Amino acid sequence: MITISESAARHVSAFLAKRGKGIGVRLGVKTSGCSGMAYKLEFADSAEPEDHVFESRGLKVLVDPKSLPYLDGTELDFTREGLNEGFKFNNPNVKDACGCGESFNV
Amino acid sequence: MALLQIAEPGQSTAPHEHRLAVGIDLGTTNSLVATVKSGMSVVLSDDQGRSLLPSVVQYGHDGTHEVGFNAQSRQAEDPKNTIVSVKRFMGRSLADIAHVETMPYDFIETEGMIKLRTAQGVKSPVEVSADILRVLRERAEAALGGTLTGAVVTVPAYFDDAQRQATKDAARLAGLNVLRLLNEPTAAAIAYGLDNSAEGVYAVYDLGGGTFDISILRLSKGIFEVLSTGGDSALGGDDFDQRVFCWIIERAELAPLSPSDARMLLTRAREAKEYLTGHGEAPITARLASGEYVDLQLTTEIFTEITRTLVQKTLAPVRKALRDAGLTVDEIKGVVMVGGATRMPQIQRAVGEFFGQQPLNNLDPDKVVALGAATQANLLAGNRAAGDDWLLLDVIPLSLGIETMGGLVEKIIPRNSTIPVARAQEFTTFRDGQTAMAVHVVQGERELVSDCRSLARFELRGIPPMVAGAARIRVTFQVDADGLLSVTARELTSGHEARVEVKPSYGLSDDEIASMLKAGISHASDDAFRRALREAQVEAQRLIEATRSALREDSALLNEKELADVEAAVARLQTVVIGDDRAAIDSAMAALNKATAELAARRMNQSVKRVLAGRKVEELGS
Repeated sequence: MITISESAARHVSAFLAKRGKGIGVRLGVKTSGCSGMAYKLEFADSAEPEDHVFESRGLKVLVDPKSLPYLDGTELDFTREGLNEGFKFNNPNVKDACGCGESFNV
Repeated sequence: MALLQIAEPGQSTAPHEHRLAVGIDLGTTNSLVATVKSGMSVVLSDDQGRSLLPSVVQYGHDGTHEVGFNAQSRQAEDPKNTIVSVKRFMGRSLADIAHVETMPYDFIETEGMIKLRTAQGVKSPVEVSADILRVLRERAEAALGGTLTGAVVTVPAYFDDAQRQATKDAARLAGLNVLRLLNEPTAAAIAYGLDNSAEGVYAVYDLGGGTFDISILRLSKGIFEVLSTGGDSALGGDDFDQRVFCWIIERAELAPLSPSDARMLLTRAREAKEYLTGHGEAPITARLASGEYVDLQLTTEIFTEITRTLVQKTLAPVRKALRDAGLTVDEIKGVVMVGGATRMPQIQRAVGEFFGQQPLNNLDPDKVVALGAATQANLLAGNRAAGDDWLLLDVIPLSLGIETMGGLVEKIIPRNSTIPVARAQEFTTFRDGQTAMAVHVVQGERELVSDCRSLARFELRGIPPMVAGAARIRVTFQVDADGLLSVTARELTSGHEARVEVKPSYGLSDDEIASMLKAGISHASDDAFRRALREAQVEAQRLIEATRSALREDSALLNEKELADVEAAVARLQTVVIGDDRAAIDSAMAALNKATAELAARRMNQSVKRVLAGRKVEELGS
């Protein structure tokens, strides 16, 4: 199960509208980075047959089956930190993350 | 913790490899920085939510400096050290600048560009601009949470090479990697997505705080070409404030104002102007220090009437720019509005009537240039979306040239030239009766062929036998919009021609380009060393000449030993000046200067005595 926070949903909708195409967002993980795994956050133009598709706050969230075990239970959030604002994965599976938060370990 | 942005499908970057790129509008009055976040161009604000950064730097006596609003607020109390509108000085000499006498600055004329004497020493316009850019860079890095890969900085379309180079230098000094300088009108057009629209001619009407620019651009194959530019460097939104200010004084029948009252009324005038953009009537009320009251209603009709001549004044350069481009109004496909002053309804109306179409105005006119620059920066940093046509406005990353005698490179197209581009140069034969010529096409910044990358070789045959140097062979380099280089060599008397096609930017990785550039830069320091040596040699020769002429006139002022010392020092300098040991030249020059110090002092005394002879002390008092 993947969910989207209210502020993240608002921003995703705005970005999708501005972009003019796309069916939702794709979340995933890939192996790299300084702590093993890294998050992937992309616009999704089409769903693959094996994708898990979640609906949250009216938005489609696509996750490939390989990534799901690492992400299950994650909430996609949008926050502001000082002048910087962007998306954040609130992922209960994470044991430790690297200092910058871009990569993590389960 | 770094926050994520949504990437295009398949374009997620690996951690720590985000390419953060920004667009910077380095304006005369205000500057901005923008970036692309999750596919959207946004302007970055400071920690108080303000997006505009006034292009003002104040150099304090305590060694600190302020940029932006803080600097602006000190302008009245410290005008000499508060540099405003520094953009007008970029790459300019004193002679280029209008109304120097009205400016509060202490200018120093140096070779190439003027400099300003401030409380913190002599500053060049490049350094002042770098201080502004540094604040924007820090703002962007705080907002994006990382070091910037690069920046696109905008410049007016009419900026010449010196002004562009100065802008680039300022950005480098501020620690920015300049991906490209982009013309401001082109940036505005890109912000409106015109680069993706149909081919045609567009006008960009840019009325800022103190300057007016009009540019006519032609879009073809995704590339904007500047057809003509025009404008008025002393016409802007501030003049509209001034008209309202005068109207207030006239209507309220005010006595001559104190400076603080004048400043207050000018602010009221500006507020009324801005209020009228969304309303039909603006109240102006003020209580002056003199005890007088101002209570007026400025209507849109009155405002339009009192500023009619200003609006008309902008249309004259528009007509001229159209004429220069050889176009008529109905050939203009779209009109882009830039600059805060274009919000005024009478401007919108006048421009709409002039061009016979509604101008594009749904983006914030203060931000449109920065937004377009950010879009371009995002493309150039390699963050493009799949399907985007990314050849738009590309440049040549490394210089292209051919090999000449002695294994030297003759650069034909310099690095950073916008494509498409075509350049030709004439070459000749080296030996009597030479009938063929080998053309070796190379790429790189170094002076020797062996240090550059070889792209192609071909031969031009059939040159009629002539004495060396008589044949004229025109070598043309042409890079098309796809980055494809074709080189043609043509013997002009016989018409014999040979050509080759190469793809210069392919097969070279970013790293290779970077290391080639680095090599070019380290080579530049060799060059700088050689130039310094040559300068020392020239200076030494000058010193020898000067000493000799002084000795010819006044050797009587020296005793025998002193004379022998000076002559020995001259002789020593003469022996080292032909070598390449700069330290030896410097020390020999210092020795000669020392040996002649006494002579110089005595010559000085002697000439002072001549001038003063026969004059009374009283006459010298003044």
